Amino acid sequence: MAGRRRRGAANGRPLERLTTTQTATDAAVSAVFREEAGRLTAALVRALGDFDLAEEVVQDSLVAALEKWPKQGIPEKPGAWLMTTARRRAIDILRRDKRYQEKLVILERSPLSPEPVEADDRLRLIFTCCHPALSQEARVALTLRAVAGFTTAEIASAFLVAEATVAQRIVRAKRKIVDAHIPYRVPEAREMGERLDGVLSVLYLMFNEGYLSRGAQVAMRRDIADDAIWLAGLVAKLMPDQPEVLGLLALMKLNVARSAARFDGAGEMVLLPEQDRRLWDRPAIAEGIDILDRAGAMRATGPYQIQAAIAALHSEAASWDETDWHQIMLLYDALLQMADSPVVRLNRAIALSHFAGPEPALGEVNDLAITLDGYHLFHSARAELLVQLGEPVLAREARMRALELCQNPAERSLLLRKLHG
Amino acid sequence: MKYVLMFVGSSDDQDAWEKLSKDQRAVAYEAAGKWFEEHSKAGRLVGGAELQGPNTATTVRIKNGKAMVTDGPYIEAKEVVGGFAIVEVKDLDEALAMAKGWPAGAVEVRPMVDHSND
Repeated sequence: MAGRRRRGAANGRPLERLTTTQTATDAAVSAVFREEAGRLTAALVRALGDFDLAEEVVQDSLVAALEKWPKQGIPEKPGAWLMTTARRRAIDILRRDKRYQEKLVILERSPLSPEPVEADDRLRLIFTCCHPALSQEARVALTLRAVAGFTTAEIASAFLVAEATVAQRIVRAKRKIVDAHIPYRVPEAREMGERLDGVLSVLYLMFNEGYLSRGAQVAMRRDIADDAIWLAGLVAKLMPDQPEVLGLLALMKLNVARSAARFDGAGEMVLLPEQDRRLWDRPAIAEGIDILDRAGAMRATGPYQIQAAIAALHSEAASWDETDWHQIMLLYDALLQMADSPVVRLNRAIALSHFAGPEPALGEVNDLAITLDGYHLFHSARAELLVQLGEPVLAREARMRALELCQNPAERSLLLRKLHG
Repeated sequence: MKYVLMFVGSSDDQDAWEKLSKDQRAVAYEAAGKWFEEHSKAGRLVGGAELQGPNTATTVRIKNGKAMVTDGPYIEAKEVVGGFAIVEVKDLDEALAMAKGWPAGAVEVRPMVDHSND
């Protein structure tokens, strides 16, 4: 519980419970921001040829909307309202520029409404925000701000860091985009694979961050996990022939479909084996599997599709014991062939334990002791196997070590219950 | 847009290089030479040089208006700049593509300051 208090205090201000009407307005505002912010930024970058300025004035217009809309209501044409506000702000800033007149003419010629005339420009925006020359944190923050319409304050509270830190990251990243001439374009075919992987890893990181912090309910206007799904859906729509994008989208949907069962009435975390499967969102699972099938039909497998297939097997199993562990282990083998990783090896060993018993699994887990010593889930998994093997003292030691390493409040609380229960 | 590509290696790399035989060095030079030739033909290369080792470096600092000359490189680090190339390309992606093709060690890519619009 100490962890949760710390969490709330991280913003430096007390958390307020949101009222129902506030929540409804917030949801509507978020939906508008998502739809409009990326288009608006893309349209203004095109018009001004200045990524930094375009991104800045759109952010300003979002902040202005957050002040006005909850009191005055959402305007009839919210996109046009935001565009007008952003343009006005751009003119204000450009007035201080010595090439003001020249730039003003360009701005006057830019479209009044962000309706896309040509192909959706947001793809360029996404690839620029996720450029490998930017730090991972900056990629996440910039994508949330420029593409999904988050404010800096929201990003800060979602990631439990100071607002000034996020602002600083964004300023540095944008300065680098301008100064180092990071191009504003969709990568060419020969570099597409690598660059798309980069985009997907940003979205997956965002999703995991949001998904893990769920449940330890902090009043937040927006849920990062939902926005990560929305972004993956957007990329899937804009690049319909990329099976790994669909694979990631399916993986996210399948995970979220189980979220109602992840926390009990007291807000405590419940792991997959103990979850009440009746709480799973069946239509969402069906949708996830459908997306995965569409990806599979393109006949180019990849790590996200395989992870989604593993999630699908869990989702389809009637119970933990009836899970198709053998198939899951084979999928982990396939994943290892694409990219060897100690975390994947750990998961494979857990699958193995379910049909070959805890002993061979513990052997494989112990092999990872050096590489994964700093990873709390390694020690948790080891503890589970030791319990099964009738080694309560060693199991307790492993759980203590896991507790030392674990930061997430919900996971810590779960570990404490296991230690004391 | 002009960038400087700095070819960096660790001091261990440098030591290993010193120990190479003539033939081995010739092979390494050929790979680097090919890189320079290819990009020079494509008009992307403005200039560049291979530098002698950090043991040959002398540093001049101005302190209280007086020039101080000391032995050794300015940055005492495990990594050393072994050479550089000045390239002129459209954007960072093109510069990174060139860096990816460099045959050995790491490459630091830095945009050059352009004062022409000041």
